[in-house]
Amino acid sequence: MEPGTAAVSMRGISKSFDTKKANTGVDFDLYKGEIVSLLGENGSGKTTLMNMLAGIYFPDEGQIFVDGREVKISSPAQASQLGIGMVHQHFKLVDVFTAWENIVLGAEEKYDVPAAKAKIREICDLYGFVVDPDKKIYNMTVSEKQTVEIVKIIYRGAQILILDEPTAVLTPQECERLFEVMRNMKKDGKSIVIITHKLNEVMEISDRVVVLRQGQNAGQLETAKTSAQEMTDMMVGHAVTLDIERPEPVNPKKRLVISGINVTDAEGVKKVKNVSFYMNSGEILGIAGISGSGQKELLEAIAGIQKVDSGSVTYIDENGKETELIGMHPQDIRDLGVALSFVPEDRLGMGLVGNMDISENMMLRTFGESHKWFTDRDRPRKVAENVVDVLEVSTPGLDTPVRRLSGGNIQKILVGREISSDPKVLLTAYAVRGLDINSSYKIYDLINGQKKKGVAVLFVGEDLDVLMQISDKIMVLCDGEVSDIVDAQKVTKNDIGLLMTSMS
Amino acid sequence: MDSRSKEPLFHLTKRGAIPKGKAMAIRVLAVVLALIVCAVITGLTTGINPLEVYSSIVSGAFGSSRKTWITLQDVSILLIISLALTIAFRMRFWNIGGEGQVLMGGLGSAACMICLGDKVPGPLLMLLMLISSVALGALWGFIPALCKALWNTNETLSTLMMNYIATQLVLFYTIRWEVPKGSGKIGIINQDSHAGWLPQIFGSKYLLPIIVAVIVTVFTYVYIKYTKHGYEVRVVGESPKTSVYVGINLKKVFIRTMILSGALCGLVGLLLVGGINHTLTATISDGRGFTAVLVSWMAQFNPFAMIITSFIIVFMDRGAGEIATRFDLNQSFGDILTGIILFFIIGCEFFINYQIHFRKKDRDHKEA
Repeated sequence: MEPGTAAVSMRGISKSFDTKKANTGVDFDLYKGEIVSLLGENGSGKTTLMNMLAGIYFPDEGQIFVDGREVKISSPAQASQLGIGMVHQHFKLVDVFTAWENIVLGAEEKYDVPAAKAKIREICDLYGFVVDPDKKIYNMTVSEKQTVEIVKIIYRGAQILILDEPTAVLTPQECERLFEVMRNMKKDGKSIVIITHKLNEVMEISDRVVVLRQGQNAGQLETAKTSAQEMTDMMVGHAVTLDIERPEPVNPKKRLVISGINVTDAEGVKKVKNVSFYMNSGEILGIAGISGSGQKELLEAIAGIQKVDSGSVTYIDENGKETELIGMHPQDIRDLGVALSFVPEDRLGMGLVGNMDISENMMLRTFGESHKWFTDRDRPRKVAENVVDVLEVSTPGLDTPVRRLSGGNIQKILVGREISSDPKVLLTAYAVRGLDINSSYKIYDLINGQKKKGVAVLFVGEDLDVLMQISDKIMVLCDGEVSDIVDAQKVTKNDIGLLMTSMS
Repeated sequence: MDSRSKEPLFHLTKRGAIPKGKAMAIRVLAVVLALIVCAVITGLTTGINPLEVYSSIVSGAFGSSRKTWITLQDVSILLIISLALTIAFRMRFWNIGGEGQVLMGGLGSAACMICLGDKVPGPLLMLLMLISSVALGALWGFIPALCKALWNTNETLSTLMMNYIATQLVLFYTIRWEVPKGSGKIGIINQDSHAGWLPQIFGSKYLLPIIVAVIVTVFTYVYIKYTKHGYEVRVVGESPKTSVYVGINLKKVFIRTMILSGALCGLVGLLLVGGINHTLTATISDGRGFTAVLVSWMAQFNPFAMIITSFIIVFMDRGAGEIATRFDLNQSFGDILTGIILFFIIGCEFFINYQIHFRKKDRDHKEA
């Protein structure tokens, strides 16, 4: 392929951070009017490669051609002039500003408010975006914010759009809308790169797939001529099975009964409304719902971190002894065997301490049990060694601060720690958020392992396909209320999608 | 602007882990550069031979055994305050009220010496001084912590405000206890009886603060690194959300830690009033409550590194005094030099955290 024919060509791109090689001699082409999926495991260098195109990083080696001319992109502003725009995983919007203010901000022109708004409307009409230009960002849903980001880069004249994991935070219906918009943009001759982990989306939206593995080209495929299995094998480098097992629950017994829980957050918003359900030992109860539908508050209420307005959480042990958890100290709830592993959006925000090493993070749960004054350092170290060993955490050593590890490895440590306490009830939220296929399956195995041991598992998930494969039952939350509790083997994805958005 | 323009002249990348030796080399280089810049400025502005200035800075700090002892004693005092603040800083609780906490400690000691000096036996008096200075320092730490715990007030402001209250309280009691009347000063307390004067160790009046500083250094290191309390402090500082998640009581940790921080500052008040000055003035802390913030940050909250940073500050300060008198300059000139040296020392951290890549010389450029 001649670089001259492509909208963007990257040739022999290398980039290292310190001693770590993020990209080595990567070639990448993007043609006018096509959608390319950039696929790869965590840490395979997808985002780094695209960041170099967007002017965030500068390559150590290699050339970049835009419309056949060699360019040096040394800042996002320059990328923007070249017609390249990127929507990052974490949105870069000013919360207290309105949509149009964010879109216009920094676009290097005198602000003519009516003209700017007119231009925004024009863009929206052309591609089918739905944006209220006068709505403040903090009042927006994740999907709306994402729309603002995309409109923002189109407003700046982007011909080449890079979307970094855009669907991770969207409902199935929102995804569909996004794909519709992407198709419209494609028709208009724009070129789009989408970074994603979800193979079904790759199949659905893209014309071509470029696969990276360990910072190098692993190959490229025509979407029409490939399968999920082929892509996965290329991504991982060896054959993997894509089925999640669902062992039959053995001797399920009621372990946790939740009735009539109500939670109001600090701002006075009702987050959980009269939620009742129960969990059985040896079963996985999946929870589906748009993020922010009360999942976090519900889990925190069970774990004793969140105050509840009313309701009860009853824990029933193997001998049938009942204990009321509401009002108990989180540590005491834990001692009963109720473990919470919540993976927040920013991964490190809750549950781990970024600047502490792996052993010290293992200690977070148990440090209180040691001698009177001093912390016990040997036991957490052993737990850490075990977790690193069993979950194949890739780390330079146990003394490495966890913030230096990749997202997947951080997550393994968090989930590994919760499981290492030998829980009776495992509450896990977004356990595979942002994880690549290999790591995700490792986590599914772990959770299934707990299920087989008779643990009652609550699995809050984002990917409905996964949720339907791993769970025995699925509870769908909508705006803090239980829409329905369904049998995971009998329900369809579309049904769940509807339950998530409306009270049908 | 031509967007096809050249690669930028240089760009920065964040370093990962840097070998300790290399980091040290960068710091040493920074000090050398700072000395060169200081020399140039000294030569240009005063016409004095910079080497003479440097040698008199050294003799100002170490010129005689008395000077050496005083330098070490000053380092000790600054070090203890820095360590006290560090305990709070590790919790990301910006205690800039060291000044007030030291003053309150001093006030406690002075009160005991003045009011009880001739009424109770020596050892008991000293015990009471210890208790009251530590308690008052702790109180001055406790109040801002309590406000933060209850109403989430900004601790930077509240600890700072507490300084002014402490200063005014000391001024108030200075007038009450002034000797002789109308002098506006307390003067040397118990000059004849020496009641409440802290004992000399091995016949040296300078040794006590040094010993206390050594103990507090080791204590702080162990407390932060190995105790449960210290672990909680670090978790709260690094990630308040995580500490809630694992059931650490934030309010309790705030209050407990600030009581300790304030108590250690109060201890400095005892050393200053009972051991070193034997009097109380509103300026007894001499801004060291603030200087300690710098010492602590420069050492990146590492107790042992603080020995070095507090030494640099005291050394330069004592040297500045010396050159002021020797060369008929004023104290400000020494402060200028101190400022330049600190600028380089703090600035070099940037080069430890980031690496600069210059544009590779490209061939066409050379030919042109």
